[in-house]
Amino acid sequence: MAETKFVTINMGPQHPATHGVLRLVLELDGEVVVKVTPHVGHLHRGVEKLSETKTYHQVIPLTDRLDYTNGIGNNLGYVLTVEKLLGIEIPQRAQYIRVAVTELQRLAAHLIWLATHALDIGAMTVLFYCFRDRESILRIIEEVSGGRLTPTYFRIGGLSKDVPEEFKERVMGFLGDFPGRINEYETLLTKNVIWMRRTKKVGILTAEDAINYGASGPTLRGSGVRWDVRKRFPYSGYDEFDFEIPIGEVGDVYDRYMVRLEEMRQSLRIIQQAVENLPDGRIMADDPRVVLPPKDDVQRDIDALIRQFKIVSEGFEPPKGEVFMSVEAPKGELGFYIVSDGSNHPYRIKIRTPSFMNLSALPKMIEGGLIADVVSTIGSIDIVLGEIDR
Amino acid sequence: MVAKGWIDKVRGQFPTSILKVETFRDETTLVVKKDQILEVFKFLFQDPDLSCDYLTDLCGVDYKPRKPRFEVVYHLCSTKHDRRLRVKVPLEEGNSLASVESVWKAANWYERETYDMLGIRFENHPDLKRILTWEGFEGYPLRKDFPVKGKDFDKPFVPEL
Repeated sequence: MAETKFVTINMGPQHPATHGVLRLVLELDGEVVVKVTPHVGHLHRGVEKLSETKTYHQVIPLTDRLDYTNGIGNNLGYVLTVEKLLGIEIPQRAQYIRVAVTELQRLAAHLIWLATHALDIGAMTVLFYCFRDRESILRIIEEVSGGRLTPTYFRIGGLSKDVPEEFKERVMGFLGDFPGRINEYETLLTKNVIWMRRTKKVGILTAEDAINYGASGPTLRGSGVRWDVRKRFPYSGYDEFDFEIPIGEVGDVYDRYMVRLEEMRQSLRIIQQAVENLPDGRIMADDPRVVLPPKDDVQRDIDALIRQFKIVSEGFEPPKGEVFMSVEAPKGELGFYIVSDGSNHPYRIKIRTPSFMNLSALPKMIEGGLIADVVSTIGSIDIVLGEIDR
Repeated sequence: MVAKGWIDKVRGQFPTSILKVETFRDETTLVVKKDQILEVFKFLFQDPDLSCDYLTDLCGVDYKPRKPRFEVVYHLCSTKHDRRLRVKVPLEEGNSLASVESVWKAANWYERETYDMLGIRFENHPDLKRILTWEGFEGYPLRKDFPVKGKDFDKPFVPEL
């Protein structure tokens, strides 16, 4: 009687297809994966602990570095949570600008996903196309915020600065080009036989499992669950925009690919509505506790100078309490749980990152499949280790 | 905001378990005794009117020197009813808590993280070990008595081979 022996393979932490420092221990029966054990934490920087020692404003740059493809989206999640804690409303102009740049950032994040996912499976051309288009988005983001990867653009109560005059024109130019570009990617992949063979019926996650494992974002929607925080718990004025939530059917790698592509088209619709209907007005809430006074006032008026100094050096003191707020990041539901003890720094911040939960469902998708499909499945859940390890 | 009917239903089922109901910024929090939490969560999960089928988040908070020292915080969500509910369980240092991994698979990694960061043990967890730090790491980083910056923070860590 032959004895069954499994071969154990160590994939990562340094591996081109693990999208960061992820280590997977694979137990193989021939080419079939019997068991997968993910090991994370190689990029743990203690963001949550560090946040406890900072004032509320000082945490914003730390959030940029969670999912580093989605700096602006992370800023949004954090500032909305603190604004909820403070109970302040921000002006409509600031909300619309937030929505427009967040959706631009979502496109940039999805382009990185598409580029690396296709590269993993062997389609190299897509990478150059995607990075070309991502560059035009990053240029707009840089003009608006001053930064490319870590914009730190939002402030508690509004924005760090208003958008430049050319913003509308630039975005409209981009919106004119980009739908054709998405069609280009589709001609490269969607009906490509190799692509379909590598992604269809691979890495299947059923709707029930996806919910039970806490998956979110395109990973959840690819399994056919119409769940999007922007629709279910609207924030930052998303309920004023008209857009659809695409879903998949079987929950395989191909479905997640189609969901993200369609999401890019929906993001374009949102950006167009936000930029076309951009209202005039203030970009900061009218709340002297939190908002820095205008620079001109600081240079002329001693009261404004003192207020500026107090807010920068001491921060502000929100009421005692705890809030949870989440936003729909490109990877899924990004949530912040903030406990305030009434002092000028958060008592505890817990960051609920989408990739953490999506990755914990990875063994469910891979086990029983072939080793060659491991790479395409990892690419399809679009993880960023910066937000898993925090 | 959770409908009042929800809370009454849970309270009717577990009259002695619910210690407090708090509302802040339209968010409802149930503070529950640790004894029966697995039953409470199973009820929240299974009852068709509540159906909290999605565990959004699970974490711990250290309130040293307050007694009980810890709180384990569960953020539940119902994908059917579009509602969120926060459940908090106060916990003394050294006590352990029933794992909810059998209800939501999502709890597996969250409970490991809570154990790793705060040293809270979960009973009947299938694989309770450190997740973000490494095996053999000393201390629990998110406890309030753990230093933000250690004496050797600028020295490289060289593991023994």
